[in-house]
Amino acid sequence: MATPNLVELRNVVFAYDAARPVLKGIDMAIPRGRVVAIMGGSGCGKTTTIRLIGGQLKASAGEVIVDGESVSRLDDGALYALRRRMGMLFQFGALFTDMTVFDNVAFQIREHTDLTEELINDLVMMKLNAVGLRGAADLMPSELSGGMARRVALARAISLDPLLMMYDEPFAGLDPISLGVIGQLIRKLNDALGATSIIVTHDVQESLQIVDYIYFVSEGRVVAEGSPAEIRASKDPWVHQFVWAEADGPVPFQYPSPPYAQDLLEAGRA
Amino acid sequence: MLDRPLNVLRSIGGGLVDAVWRLGYASRFFVGVLMLSGTAMRRFQLTIREVYFTGVLSLIIIVVSGLFVGMVLGLQGYDTLQRFGSASALGTLVALSLVRELGPVVAGLLFASRAGSAITAEIGLMKTTEQLSAMEMMAINPIARVVAPRFWAGVISMPLLAALFSAMGILGGWMVGVRLLGVDDGTFWSQMQAAVDFREDILNGVIKSLVFGLAVSWIAVFEGYDAVPTAEGVSSATTRTVVTSSLAILALDVLLTAFMFRGVV
Amino acid sequence: MNRAVIDLWVGLFVAVGFAALVFLAMKVGNLSAANGGETYELKASFDNIGGLKVRAPLKSSGVLIGRVSDIQFDSEHYQAVVTFTVDRRFEFPRDTFATILTAGLLGEQYVGFDAGGDAEMLKPGETIRKTQSAVVLEKLIGQFMFGKASEAPQPAPTK
Repeated sequence: MATPNLVELRNVVFAYDAARPVLKGIDMAIPRGRVVAIMGGSGCGKTTTIRLIGGQLKASAGEVIVDGESVSRLDDGALYALRRRMGMLFQFGALFTDMTVFDNVAFQIREHTDLTEELINDLVMMKLNAVGLRGAADLMPSELSGGMARRVALARAISLDPLLMMYDEPFAGLDPISLGVIGQLIRKLNDALGATSIIVTHDVQESLQIVDYIYFVSEGRVVAEGSPAEIRASKDPWVHQFVWAEADGPVPFQYPSPPYAQDLLEAGRA
Repeated sequence: MLDRPLNVLRSIGGGLVDAVWRLGYASRFFVGVLMLSGTAMRRFQLTIREVYFTGVLSLIIIVVSGLFVGMVLGLQGYDTLQRFGSASALGTLVALSLVRELGPVVAGLLFASRAGSAITAEIGLMKTTEQLSAMEMMAINPIARVVAPRFWAGVISMPLLAALFSAMGILGGWMVGVRLLGVDDGTFWSQMQAAVDFREDILNGVIKSLVFGLAVSWIAVFEGYDAVPTAEGVSSATTRTVVTSSLAILALDVLLTAFMFRGVV
Repeated sequence: MNRAVIDLWVGLFVAVGFAALVFLAMKVGNLSAANGGETYELKASFDNIGGLKVRAPLKSSGVLIGRVSDIQFDSEHYQAVVTFTVDRRFEFPRDTFATILTAGLLGEQYVGFDAGGDAEMLKPGETIRKTQSAVVLEKLIGQFMFGKASEAPQPAPTK
């Protein structure tokens, strides 16, 4: 193992169009074996960050290094080779809707290996068992609840025992029980597989319980970082607002707008 | 005061540049699909599965419309030819119009609205629900795994559907002409056989349908892959597929006809 | 859907599609005759071919035996040189008569062979010497009217 950090971001800048950069210089270091959360409000660039790590987007400047390789400099072949060591859980699961749960989990195994159907069956059942959905193997994705779909997607993401797991909003839109289940699964699977996990989320309370380290991102920059204990104790007004979910603070409630009175008056005139 | 004409000019220019840019992008995508067709050919099962969705599921509409079109040709043709005392040429009329024009063109239009729109909607929805992204993250190229098999399935299905359409149409014309209106059975077929040439008429019709199949499949997979990943984006991409493919079919038909049947002019 | 079922349907679809193609080729296009078999070439010069086109049928006794494959203009004799592809199975005597005919009054033009009585047969590439040009309707009408006009005064004095 070359470096202690599986993923490193060095002064990463990214912009969809040059006028409005999404990320304005991000530094992160994610050590092997840890579960790290990237938090921030909606639209702050969290999802962009993991897309950069997965190589779906290329950094405009700076370097993204995964397992010793600079992602933005890889050609397609090397990138695909690297992705075989990654697993990603998408926000709404992104299950293949034309296949059964079993085929979804088996998909990657069938595509990348020449294992016999028997062996694939064993592997898939193991993964489904790990997320507690062995009984749902023959259902179609449309027959699953949101929480179950998320768990199937999780089983699919870990089907080839990835080195790096990425979770894009794994808690969004789940009821408290499913939310707890997913949280525990992320932690357990990470430790059982010896993987490294990155969670992108805005669910502070749930992630504080399962992660080792947290980065706060706002307006394209890392504004705070630390272990869950440090974050809870933080006096930083920004972190405080986010952790305790206060409506107003450094992150204003109002979208930038002209004075209220002016808007009201102008509306009357028009 | 020059503002309005300038703006009109600007928007025309902008639209033109946009269209050319899109054409370039679509061409690059087309080359990409061709380059990544290895999987679709090696694992032919993937393509066969898509032939089921594009070809087999279009069978009913093609067979039924083919019959109807042939019947109408039989009725109209008989009515017109009979005035000149040449109802015996009905077989020729029905067969030539179907094999040269109506078969490829109408089957192509039906194919675009039945299968092309379905391909666009499916790929667009897979994009919207991040299934394509998920595949990419699994180190599986979605163009090779999802787009190319659908493209080739369309290319394979279209000539077969067009041939089926023409054959059904001729049967429809025969049913009306011979069974209903009393044109002589032997005359119907022999006149047809004397006038229709294999290479000149039938093979050219097959080539036409192959070209239409390529065009429709290309447009369908491109619009799907390029769709804005929202419900609205997918629906407008589906509409665009049908509109663009229909126009492409008709325009290509003019070109191909001018090329192929120069002897007529 | 089961993979075997899909395969079955797709197989059926492809079979039906090819059956339609074969139907078009055989029953509609008549690929079995005149086009598929071996052929040989014959030539003939005509003073006027009227509306004859390349690929027009070549018939003998009303049976399709080949097609017009090429039409050239011979600037030396000011004649049209027509090349035919004829089915190998049929041979014709050297004094065969080639006529340009019209199917019906307004129909398409085709070439008819009337076999003569010569014992020697035409060899591939040979030229038929006895030909009759197309009947051009305008000329015919013109002749008819001219004939009438020149005829008309004659009976007058006898009356």
